[in-house]
Amino acid sequence: MIKNLKKSSAGKRGDSVRSDCYFEIELKNSGGIKIDLKSKVNVMYGESIKQMILDMCKFFGLKDAKILLEDNGALPFVLAARFELAIKRLAHPPAPSLKEEEFNITELNKNFNKEYLLPFNEKNLYSTKKDQLRRSRLYLPGNEPKFFVNAGLHSPDGIILDLEDSVAPSEKDAAQLLVRNALRSVDFYGAERMVRINQLPKGLDDLKYIVPNNVNVILVPKCESAEQINQLEKEVEKLKKQFKVENPIFFMPIIESALGVIKAYEIASASKYNCALAIGLEDYTADIGTQRTNEGRESIFARQMLVNAAKAAGIQAIDTVFSDVADMEALRQSVLEAKSLGFEGKGCIHPRQIKIVHEAFAPTVEEIEKAKKIVLAFEEAKEKGLGVVSLGTKMIDPPVVKRAIRTIDLAILNNLLDKNWKKKQ
Amino acid sequence: MKLVKNAAGRFVPTKVNGQPQIPFKGVDKYKPTGYKAKPPIRTCIDYPSDGNKVVKDLKTALKKAGLKDGMTISTHHHLRNGDVVTNLLFDVIHEMGIKNIRWFPSASFPVHSHLIKYLEDGTIHHIEGSMNGPLGKFTSEGKMKGVGVLRSHGGRYQSMQDGEVHVDIAVIAAPTADPFGNATGDRGKSACGLIGFALGDSEYADRVIIVTDNLVPFPCVPWQIQGNNVDFVVEVESLGDPKKIVSGTTEVTKSPDRLLIAEYVADFIEAAGIMKDGFSLQAGAGGTNLAFVLFLKEKMKAKGVKARFMRGGSTKYLVEMLEEGLTDYILDGQTFDLEGVRSMRENANHVNTSPFTSYNFHGKGNFASIVDTAVLGATEVDVKFNANVVTHSDGYLLHGIGGWQNCLYSKCTILAIPSFRDRIPVIVDDVTTLCGPGELIDVIITERGIAINPLRKDLIKAVKGSGLPIKDIKQIKKEVDEICGGVPAKPKFNKEKVVAIVKWVDGTVLDSVFCVEST
Repeated sequence: MIKNLKKSSAGKRGDSVRSDCYFEIELKNSGGIKIDLKSKVNVMYGESIKQMILDMCKFFGLKDAKILLEDNGALPFVLAARFELAIKRLAHPPAPSLKEEEFNITELNKNFNKEYLLPFNEKNLYSTKKDQLRRSRLYLPGNEPKFFVNAGLHSPDGIILDLEDSVAPSEKDAAQLLVRNALRSVDFYGAERMVRINQLPKGLDDLKYIVPNNVNVILVPKCESAEQINQLEKEVEKLKKQFKVENPIFFMPIIESALGVIKAYEIASASKYNCALAIGLEDYTADIGTQRTNEGRESIFARQMLVNAAKAAGIQAIDTVFSDVADMEALRQSVLEAKSLGFEGKGCIHPRQIKIVHEAFAPTVEEIEKAKKIVLAFEEAKEKGLGVVSLGTKMIDPPVVKRAIRTIDLAILNNLLDKNWKKKQ
Repeated sequence: MKLVKNAAGRFVPTKVNGQPQIPFKGVDKYKPTGYKAKPPIRTCIDYPSDGNKVVKDLKTALKKAGLKDGMTISTHHHLRNGDVVTNLLFDVIHEMGIKNIRWFPSASFPVHSHLIKYLEDGTIHHIEGSMNGPLGKFTSEGKMKGVGVLRSHGGRYQSMQDGEVHVDIAVIAAPTADPFGNATGDRGKSACGLIGFALGDSEYADRVIIVTDNLVPFPCVPWQIQGNNVDFVVEVESLGDPKKIVSGTTEVTKSPDRLLIAEYVADFIEAAGIMKDGFSLQAGAGGTNLAFVLFLKEKMKAKGVKARFMRGGSTKYLVEMLEEGLTDYILDGQTFDLEGVRSMRENANHVNTSPFTSYNFHGKGNFASIVDTAVLGATEVDVKFNANVVTHSDGYLLHGIGGWQNCLYSKCTILAIPSFRDRIPVIVDDVTTLCGPGELIDVIITERGIAINPLRKDLIKAVKGSGLPIKDIKQIKKEVDEICGGVPAKPKFNKEKVVAIVKWVDGTVLDSVFCVEST
């Protein structure tokens, strides 16, 4: 409900702002829609911007208002998110209150909960698998649109639009709409589409913005109990039914506290939708009252516990982010160490980290050679109808075969092995 | 103004500022004949026998040089945005009540927005050089009395050599000079490296004035400018702000997308087989350009490849390549940072060059076409590989041509550009202003993929199977238009009013810049 207000604003303004915009709406009691457009792309897109604003006014039933737009090259999905927010913020004004009857807002009130949804980018209508490769996941602040559009070009396995720590408490509503629009409009170039929601139970409010818009994985921060995941599952199931979502949606709980570590297995096995368990060491080290070091001795228990819990539950173990974006060699060492502990992925906070992470997770020559032998032996056994795979005198168990196939896939992905390697054998 | 369609299909005037013009006839299709321009004969007995040409101040020098209404005054841009000499020069000209000057700089910078008031009051009639930033806006809005003429660095030299532009007085800011007029840019508190852009002016102008803030006893060695060509020497307190003349350090871009472009550039140069022993390249000082050099350096080290020469725009990154033995020479056209200045002073293999040595249309050969690859930028490119460097998609003049046109002659010309900036597509159907014909542009490298000019079948073949994201330029354009929300609208121009012309390297008119209609 629009209650007793006159003015609202949304977005970012100022000379340093890029690829974003700022809206101000001032309700009037007559005179129709007046647009004051200041845009650096006025010559190229001024007309289409005005048209979109008018469409949106009609959609929401906004009839008499003065609208200011300061645009620093915001893309259409950003403009739409910011303007929708400005309209919705008419309900939460920092502005002086005025009497409702002064304004022509009956229709606006009626349409207030509607969503202005841009067409779905068809390139984004893909789904992912529970055991998808998740070597790298790139965190993007959910309210910083300038990073969204090109993130996929850096080829991370996953892109996380973050609604949690990178978004100021006063901008949570802004990030929800922006992330929703991004999930629909921005080409992720095949990367797994991830969203980190807010800590539960607050994070449940984020779900309606992402579940209907083909999110692949929901990251659940500061997870400390199985009940939280159960609660999440219930809510997601409800929304999937409501919006007829058929694509699978997976969960990646993030363990960031001493309690979370102790309950790791319980959390990891709480839902069939769990695909991975991740660890967040910044908060964890604070929680146990110590400092995070590069050697990481303080977190060795937590990390091993997490790997163990994840594997016991049959899902992936994913390591924390590496926060020194300038030190690529230290990143490489950190990934090699994570790999040796049993982790299968690492968080990235800068696109330049992705390539290093992929290289470091790539199998070694010895690993590839061994995997080739196992895969060939497996296929030979299958062809001959043998129930048991053996290599030389050694019996090979199914998990080993599965791991070898994974190694081969990774080798091919990293251009370490030709995809027709069997023919060349 | 009568406009005709030139060989590039662009409408250009046949007369500008009273001078007849030749429309562009096609790349390498125009060859003027006759003899080169020449300066007047001077005699040494007319100059002080003790070699002391120092006069009291700039005003005195200009008076003695015979400054009159309507003359052509040239300056160079090696002091970049730190330049105070040009502004001082026009303060003096204004004070002397002189009008209708043709200002012939090798480039202009935002600091020269000081001159807008002299363009308004008629002290300056028009600019032939570059119209950057605020001067570009002023010109685009049709406020300049005459029509601007945009030339490349090589084209500027060509115009002096074949007599298209006759410089009456050259005013050359020199970081170090002696009373005879020998001058250098590689030392002194305002050191800028070299002052090669003023070399032609010193040779062809009627009168030459050296302005320095570091007067040393004869001889000033090295003499990048020879005192034999100099009429007067003026000492001033300061040539400008050293921090804005050269940057302390030049910074590599931190933008992940620009770094991705730079990485693709280095990958392409390797995959195309260009990076081999004895190769050569041209690099600028833009963030993406610096970054590709760093990526290429790693590749060269890994493969043990050494270049014969690198052309710059020198920066500390090129200097490191020279000092680590990854190139035999730097052939330097302008020095961008303090390391570049130091290296030029100390290292005989860091060679100072001028537009004559590098880009000379009337020379007996062309350095620029010897270079294996040049990596350049652009404000716009179109699907026919034509490119624009002077205007933006909103129609406003914003940059000069610099050495860009000249560098297009390299064996493999690469434009390293983002596919869009904020919401402004860089790949368009038709460039707003044509500065470089597509037939000379071989590769366009964006963060969304690499487009190779279909004319370069050899390059297409060379990188086949390299795993690089080779795409059709129209495909990249389509992707970008989808992101930006459709094909951008074109600016509205007054097609009756030409505010500037773009010259090709041979002196013909390649395109017109029209007056922007205010919205």
